[in-house]
Amino acid sequence: MTNSEKKQLQITACKVRMGVIESTYGAKAGHPGGSLSATEMFTYLYFKEMNIDPANPKWEDRDRFVLSKGHTTPGLYSTLANRGFFPVEDLPTFRHIDSYLQGHPNMNTVPGVDMSTGSLGQGVSVAVGMAKGAKHTGKTNRVYTLLGDGEIQEGQVWEACMAAAHYKLDNLCVIVDNNGLQIDGNIADVMSPYPIVDKLAAFGFHVMAIDGHDFDQIEAALNEAKTVKGQPSAIVMKTVKGKDISFMENNAGWHGKAPNDAEYAQAMGELKAKLAELEG
Amino acid sequence: MADVKKIATRDSYGKALAELGAEFDNLVVLDADLAGATKTGTFQKVFPERHFDCGIAEANMVCMAAGLSTTGLVPFASTFAMFAAGRAFEQIRNSIGYPHLNVKIGATHGGISVGEDGASHQCCEDFGLMRTVPGMVVMSPADDVEARAMVRAAYLYEGPVYMRFGRAAVPVIHEEGMKFEIGKGEILRDGSSVAVIANGLMVNEALVAAEELAACGIDAMVINMATIKPLDEELVLAAAKKCGKVITCEEHSVIGGLGEAVCACLAEKLPTVVRRIGVNDEFGHSGPAAALLKQFGLSAEHIVEVAKDLCK
Repeated sequence: MTNSEKKQLQITACKVRMGVIESTYGAKAGHPGGSLSATEMFTYLYFKEMNIDPANPKWEDRDRFVLSKGHTTPGLYSTLANRGFFPVEDLPTFRHIDSYLQGHPNMNTVPGVDMSTGSLGQGVSVAVGMAKGAKHTGKTNRVYTLLGDGEIQEGQVWEACMAAAHYKLDNLCVIVDNNGLQIDGNIADVMSPYPIVDKLAAFGFHVMAIDGHDFDQIEAALNEAKTVKGQPSAIVMKTVKGKDISFMENNAGWHGKAPNDAEYAQAMGELKAKLAELEG
Repeated sequence: MADVKKIATRDSYGKALAELGAEFDNLVVLDADLAGATKTGTFQKVFPERHFDCGIAEANMVCMAAGLSTTGLVPFASTFAMFAAGRAFEQIRNSIGYPHLNVKIGATHGGISVGEDGASHQCCEDFGLMRTVPGMVVMSPADDVEARAMVRAAYLYEGPVYMRFGRAAVPVIHEEGMKFEIGKGEILRDGSSVAVIANGLMVNEALVAAEELAACGIDAMVINMATIKPLDEELVLAAAKKCGKVITCEEHSVIGGLGEAVCACLAEKLPTVVRRIGVNDEFGHSGPAAALLKQFGLSAEHIVEVAKDLCK
């Protein structure tokens, strides 16, 4: 991609992060940490990669995205809002009673959400079904699903991986956000899922390991995935939980906590400074 | 009774899938390494490219069915009732029920008539588990004819459906070509002394019991309540009003199933004396199906006994 394209994606990612802060601050709840670690991937998928139409969110030939790590709803909602699926101004109503922006993704109330998720380990199986269905019906769309590195402790994830390889779902790309932290602490201490790359390879995936904050690497991996035939692809992306908010970075405490007034002001200040620098 | 045809409703399920598969290209079937037992193998033989064996991984199978349904296909996901409603409960609740996806769950080997396999496989909790999922249709057919009509109705219905079929052969009591409607019970025998509301293999037992009761001067109404949810409340209330006494019969725990659904309806709308016949709060055990049904009181004899006590 050109430098100006990359800069535009960085600007968009910064705005997506602002939406994450706005929604979790508005909700006084939610999960900023894992939303911020996956922001570049959300941004690249929805602004560059996926064949979608915000004016026609149910378009049947669209690419699909399943947020298997459903709790990082703020990241998905902010991306969808910035992409034009619904107004960015609605983000602060996240988790409010009577808001359509439910605490975890709801495919029936939020335009652009392809699957209701929230219970870990299930989304990846649904994505396998979508990919199998696309192949069965002769569609050429692709299916993407994003998992947390803690989420892959769920046994069902490996049932799904076995099925993805068995059915040779080369239209499926499984992405693991390896930010290294889960609610109770470091994933290696709580219940180590490592080595993640080797496990996915052993399950029959074409696996790529990248820096999940580097748009060039994200682009290269997603492009490579499209060239793979006869097996599913997986991208294991090393990321920083809470990325770009100084006091949230690499802090498990920010997995599922909303910023207070002072924290909100500081976080938005940091993002605004970054945005000014990028737009400079 | 000797020449009455007996067919297991799991066989009817497989046959219906194969018939519907010929009619509708978007019908697909998933199984979890039990195609020979659930009888989805009957469909698989004719449409191998539309039968997805997911291996011994029910949680993944159920969620895969959810994903398939979003691509315009109508998936029927099958395994034993224990592993569908039981093991995959939360997957059904969150990935099918909550998004209200068009997935059909065809669960076989429900109830105690599973027989020799014993308690680990005798699921007497599935109606209760599935009834608690908002928007889920829960059904259990009485015989072969109704089972096949039910599978067709489930295909044509838009939304999640749970169907329970049996392992053991049961008498065919319906005429070929019966009209089946989701949410509607049927009066198989009119009566005025006591209303016996049954489903599954207990419907035939209720009919046999009604004949014996008639000989004792007790005029029993027999209702086949194949749909447990949504319950045909209108029919339940009408039967209770006419007979004043109700007996429910199901091959399921007395907790959570048809009996409790009928009790809830009557308690709120027309308090009526009810006796529930079902598996009491205990696990089953190994044995031949017929002997187990008798031992657990799931028999015409027990219905007669309860009805006589209730009507004395």
